[in-house]
Amino acid sequence: MTRKQRRLTLIGVAGCVLAIALGLVLYAMNDTIVFFNSPADIQAKNVPPGTRIRLGGLVKEGSVQRGSDQQITFEVMDAQAAIQVSYKGLLPDLFREGQGVVTEGVLVSPSVFRADSVLAKHDENYMPREVADTLKKQGHWMGEANASPKTQ
Amino acid sequence: MLVEAGHFALALALGLSLIQFVVPLWGARANDPVLMAVAPASALAVLACIAFSFIALTFAYLNSDFSVLNVVQNSHSAKPLIYKISGVWGNHEGSMLLWVLILALFGGVVALARNSIPMRLQANTLAVQASITIAFLLFILTTSNPFTRVIPAPLEGQDLNPLLQDPGLAIHPPLLYIGYVGFSISFAFACAALLDGRIDAVWARIVRPWTLGAWAFLTLGIAMGSYWAYYELGWGGWWFWDPVENASLMPWLAGTALVHSTVVMEKRDALKVWTILLAILTFSLSLLGTFLVRSGVLTSVHSFAVDPERGTFILGILILFIGGSLALFAWRAPMLKQGGLFAPISREGALVLNNLFLATACATVFIGTLYPLALEVLTGEKISVGAPFFNFTFLPLIVPLLLLLPLGQTLAWKRGNFLGTAQRLYAVFGISLLATIAMFALQHGGPAAAPLGVGLGVYLVLGSINEIVSRSWSRGAPLSVAWRKARGLPRSAWGTSIAHAGVGLTVIGIAATAWGVESIGSLKLGERLKAGDYEVRLEQVTPRVEANYREDVAVLTVISAGRELGTIETMKRLYVARGMPTTEAGILTTGLGQIYASIGEVQADGSIGMRLYHKPLVLLIWIGSLVMAAGGALSLTDRRLRIGAPARARVAPPAAVPAE
Repeated sequence: MTRKQRRLTLIGVAGCVLAIALGLVLYAMNDTIVFFNSPADIQAKNVPPGTRIRLGGLVKEGSVQRGSDQQITFEVMDAQAAIQVSYKGLLPDLFREGQGVVTEGVLVSPSVFRADSVLAKHDENYMPREVADTLKKQGHWMGEANASPKTQ
Repeated sequence: MLVEAGHFALALALGLSLIQFVVPLWGARANDPVLMAVAPASALAVLACIAFSFIALTFAYLNSDFSVLNVVQNSHSAKPLIYKISGVWGNHEGSMLLWVLILALFGGVVALARNSIPMRLQANTLAVQASITIAFLLFILTTSNPFTRVIPAPLEGQDLNPLLQDPGLAIHPPLLYIGYVGFSISFAFACAALLDGRIDAVWARIVRPWTLGAWAFLTLGIAMGSYWAYYELGWGGWWFWDPVENASLMPWLAGTALVHSTVVMEKRDALKVWTILLAILTFSLSLLGTFLVRSGVLTSVHSFAVDPERGTFILGILILFIGGSLALFAWRAPMLKQGGLFAPISREGALVLNNLFLATACATVFIGTLYPLALEVLTGEKISVGAPFFNFTFLPLIVPLLLLLPLGQTLAWKRGNFLGTAQRLYAVFGISLLATIAMFALQHGGPAAAPLGVGLGVYLVLGSINEIVSRSWSRGAPLSVAWRKARGLPRSAWGTSIAHAGVGLTVIGIAATAWGVESIGSLKLGERLKAGDYEVRLEQVTPRVEANYREDVAVLTVISAGRELGTIETMKRLYVARGMPTTEAGILTTGLGQIYASIGEVQADGSIGMRLYHKPLVLLIWIGSLVMAAGGALSLTDRRLRIGAPARARVAPPAAVPAE
């Protein structure tokens, strides 16, 4: 093999691998990405039922109902709307009424959501960032509940 | 008083690192040995100051000095001793202090290695290292001072985040940081080589042990973090493709590529410019990881206090170092003497392919991790890129790499013979194929991915064994001769084979997760829950009170085929100081598999929610990582890397031709 051929082989192989990777990324971008929505977004954007989304907001006070066999329903709300969420399984430790939550699942109808995962939180002060942003936008942000003392 | 002294020592370290930055750089330019000799001395002084500062903070934690804000926020007088110590780095300020401590530690080790590193290279390297130290010390002193006092001092602290009160998490940050920060040395060496305008095989030989060491620690750190997530978060998953995990995976992938490309450079004096670029990129990804995790752009257990000022500062550091080093690269790299090209089918050709696949895989993880952030900044649209994306893009790039690994490992340097190499692996191909078919037959129509994955893992392990065997044993030779030959193989050859076998073990463990069984149910006392071949029976639920938490303990008996294997305890804890509940999973290890039970909430009818998993071979995921790190460590003890000095004296003069 001449020098030129060797160099061409290298460039060719590199090009192929990069092209395949690019193709995979672009394809996966179309197919596997999940959008985050608040209850108000779902109404405003007219998200069609059957779409897989992340739903975030506050768990409405008094809405949590535990059925038999770990079936659980609760409402996720923001300032303008609320959506009924059903979920089967164990909830994360920090799931509480009145606190922020992010769930992932499928929209059954514009007001019913079937979640297959409720995302864990790591800290008692923690508000999912997406939820905090939504609340800030809607003017309902009251700061972190029992936030730690400020520096100095 | 000690606290103020610690604060002062940190400021002193900043001043000293300014000297460590300016003087040696000047000395190297002016070729003045006296000025260059300032580098090791000042590096050691910086190390002493930062170590003192770290010890001062540790003492404040040990004595529960609640006049220090950092201690108040992250400690509690009733906390066990080990978590008082780990609390030092279980928060933003302290963890940044640990970051610079490790940075200074590496600087100190480079300073002490004066006999094995040429003086100019050492001076330039330590100067670059000092510039990183300066940036991070400024960051700590201006935005994240761990020594801030609080007046009046509260009587009791707010305790450490309970999720972090765990032995695994006590050692995870130091391990990970040694990995992250260790790559700063490769980075500093790369920048020093660019500044000096020369690079050769000796450079590669000097840099390789640092890269390898950092890589081994990063491997351990990631494995530790993954095991922690597995047993502590109670979801039974070991990798979530969470951005925070990706932040550590990206430097690992780039670092793995770097470990391999330095071999080519050392052996064949090729791939120079690429290796330099890779060294810069690896550390840049480490910095990016620090930014993602510490700036609060991601929400996770790692982003302690979200403070926009800090995020902006780290972003500034990020831009300065990545931009600066890439600019230096663009300016100086064309002046470096190019290495030769080589035959595509050869060991070095295979290593280039390895680098290509690893770099591309790293790029897809990069896109998947940063795209949501970029999109949100640009359009305000919030999306999540999760496991499906990464499985779809990452696996197709990694599987071919793993398939080629045993072949590449067996190919000869310079001019390899593909068919001859394949012939040497016939037995390995055959046995792996048989293993795959046997798995298919045994599982009766389970998921197809599992047997294929296990077969791939077996192929990798056998390929590594084959490499050692074929290098030490030839047909008809007595075993004693083979044994002597095997012992005489360089340790780096053993290290390579062991690390690659570790990859195989991890692959088997990952593939076997497809055989895992999960079941969810609610149990009353005496009732049973079944997952696959295993069953648990709820024996009792008792409350228990410990120093800084109280818990409800569910005791379960594990039964398989009518035989009791043992009991496991899973707990719902409430940490009193923060009022925060956590779940502790109960785990019973049987061989390499685990029975994993996690307690849920009390249901309406008084029964207790329970999640039960049987995870066959799951321990192999982490055992494989340990084996990888052990291979790296063994390779580090290679004779060639230990006594570089005499070899260099003979080899260096003809090889080291300046590029200009």
